[in-house]
Amino acid sequence: MEVLAYLIPISLILGGIGLLFFIFTVRTNQYDDPEGDAQRILNSEWDDHPKP
Amino acid sequence: MTAVMRPSASACPACDAAPAAAALAAEQEQQKDARLALSLPTIHCAACISAVERQLNAYPGVKSARVNLTLKRATVEAEHDVLAEDLVGALTGIGYEAHELDAGTLSATENDKAGRDLLMRLAVAGFASMNVMLLSVSVWAGAEAATRDMFHWISAAIALPTIVFSGKPFYVSAWSALRNKRLNMDVPIVLAILLAVATSLWETMLSGEHAYFDAALTLVFFLLAGRYLDYRTRAVARSAAEELAALEVPRAIRMVDGAEETVQVSELVVGDLVIVRPGGRMPVDGQIVEGQSELDRSLLTGETVPVYAEPGGGVSAGEVNLTGPLVIRATAVGEETSLHRMADLVAIAESGRSRYTSLADSAAKLYAPGVHILSALAFVGWYLYTFDLRTALNIAAAVLIITCPCALGLAVPAVTTAASGRLFRKGMLIKHSTALERLAQVDTVVFDKTGTLTAGTPRLTNLDEFAREEIEVALALAMGSSHPLSQALSDAARELGVRPAKLSEIEEVPGFGTQGKRNGTLVRLGRATWVGAQPLAQTSAFLSLGDGAARAFTFEDTLRDGAEEAVRTLLDGGKEVLLISGDSTGAVESLAARLGITKWVAEALPEDKAARVMALTDEGRRVLMVGDGLNDTAALATAHVSISPASALDAARVASDIVLLGGDLSPIADALATARSATKRIRENFRIATVYNIIAVPLAVAGLATPLIAALAMSSSSITVSLNALRLR
Repeated sequence: MEVLAYLIPISLILGGIGLLFFIFTVRTNQYDDPEGDAQRILNSEWDDHPKP
Repeated sequence: MTAVMRPSASACPACDAAPAAAALAAEQEQQKDARLALSLPTIHCAACISAVERQLNAYPGVKSARVNLTLKRATVEAEHDVLAEDLVGALTGIGYEAHELDAGTLSATENDKAGRDLLMRLAVAGFASMNVMLLSVSVWAGAEAATRDMFHWISAAIALPTIVFSGKPFYVSAWSALRNKRLNMDVPIVLAILLAVATSLWETMLSGEHAYFDAALTLVFFLLAGRYLDYRTRAVARSAAEELAALEVPRAIRMVDGAEETVQVSELVVGDLVIVRPGGRMPVDGQIVEGQSELDRSLLTGETVPVYAEPGGGVSAGEVNLTGPLVIRATAVGEETSLHRMADLVAIAESGRSRYTSLADSAAKLYAPGVHILSALAFVGWYLYTFDLRTALNIAAAVLIITCPCALGLAVPAVTTAASGRLFRKGMLIKHSTALERLAQVDTVVFDKTGTLTAGTPRLTNLDEFAREEIEVALALAMGSSHPLSQALSDAARELGVRPAKLSEIEEVPGFGTQGKRNGTLVRLGRATWVGAQPLAQTSAFLSLGDGAARAFTFEDTLRDGAEEAVRTLLDGGKEVLLISGDSTGAVESLAARLGITKWVAEALPEDKAARVMALTDEGRRVLMVGDGLNDTAALATAHVSISPASALDAARVASDIVLLGGDLSPIADALATARSATKRIRENFRIATVYNIIAVPLAVAGLATPLIAALAMSSSSITVSLNALRLR
């Protein structure tokens, strides 16, 4: 049963990272224009250099 | 569409205050950069995005431009001297239709704080409930003694902060209901959550067997999901409604020392001289100082016959100038205009409507006391039976959790989301949360005429009564004017293949008509009094060939698309259909006959319309009002539920529950059907939730309920309810 001492914290931390990442995406307006973002990725304009 | 001049009139003070504050902020910001918003209805692909952004970024003075494809909108940061009209021109040049949006009106949608907040709480509740559920599964699977206690303590550590953070919307809502001495759905929810957490914590301290942390968290998660769905549905409708309002940029042309300058309508003061060009809308109430023209008052009064305007005459905000430019001295601006005073009528009417209790609220009224009494009885009964506070409290908590309206919280939002989405695709915007339920009860439909059943464009009716020669002269005269009647006349004549007669010295006399010379004799097309004829009751233009006798061209309004179909479907469906208009008796009678409407009222004042709707309501009828003008706003607000077309005045759109986006009226009948089936689904959902309760409650009261049974009952009822909502046709 000692294995629980590792596994429970690990599972909670992994889940917590997922939650924090989701909160980060919400805060940086990544759900404001889902259709536009889906289309923008098809555009090759900035493929060679990142947008300045 | 881009530069329609008129003040934004709205029926709620808060809506007025927000743009006013935004305008003030925008003024201060004007020294630095301007933020412009453009509506781009035709963009649809990756290439469109980059073409538009490249074009805008290349425009001198533009600092950055970003296209939002979901909203079909571009936001531009630019130097303050860049004008939106120029950007619209630049985009039209590369083939994209663009319209200016009033950034002040839009600002409310920019930062969707409430939605983001709700999503964050939902995410935290989801994370916590999944983790606690995993721990609970191992407890149900047979973890014992120290392991079980440890799992319970970890669950408690996750659950407590989550309950505090994610449950906040429910605490706030329940508290505000209790403070007003009412019970809503949130009161039993909060009580269940708090009691579940408290007894579970107590059980955990005494290393007991049953803890309900998972149930409390799942409850919060499902309920928040319902709440978020509900919020999204309304946010979509609100943002589309705001876009409609923002398309009308409130600007006016002011004359200062003989020079013209374009200003915001809000900057105008009493005594300013304002120029209104043909086709423009009056931004203020005022008196005509210079110029002659005709005014279209249909949006204010419902009259279709244009009114002659000359210096000294009064104008009201919202009227449309038809032929010649007018200079107006403002006598009332902003809040004092007649357009705005109408808002008071609407406010009075709206206070009556708040009497409607939604299905969810009436269910809560039955449900909440029942649950509380049941749970209290279980507590008292078990306490008297065992004299053990712990057992009694545990059972009371189990009863509350199992009966908790998890499915009930989802029952309404799941259905309204599905139904609103369907209607939105058909071009209907459901603005109010209970509009669908109210729409389902409708048995009487009241239509306005001008601009609602009719499209507001005239059509020539008696061309075949004229000789070809007369039509040729009329066409030659009509082509020289942009007046709606002239345009209708030339359209009809061209369709016949008539070529214009050769006339000399054609000139338009604003406010009267057009005249010219044929072989030296004066010929005129215009108002009755000008050509020397008796005016007719219906909309008409008179032709005089200089031989004394004037001939009348008569016009009627063209029907809006789908108007006939909508009225027929409503009549076939057993609804009573009424037509109440401010227009003249003749015009209303002929339209009513054409559509098969037997009950009609003509020459109705705005108060008459509202009083008529009120009288019908007092007879016990549920009235649906469909209207677009200022004279309809009070009636729209009085009616049980109301619809206005997108072409309506802002005030009318604000007062109505549903906005029709396209020009077609036929979705109205569909909407009634969808609303009825949505309400049926909502009732079904309540019944499903009740059946689950009837099965699970006896178990809980008997003390046989375990956290596992609670979790199963809750999840399966929520899922059944959601699936049932998706069946909506």
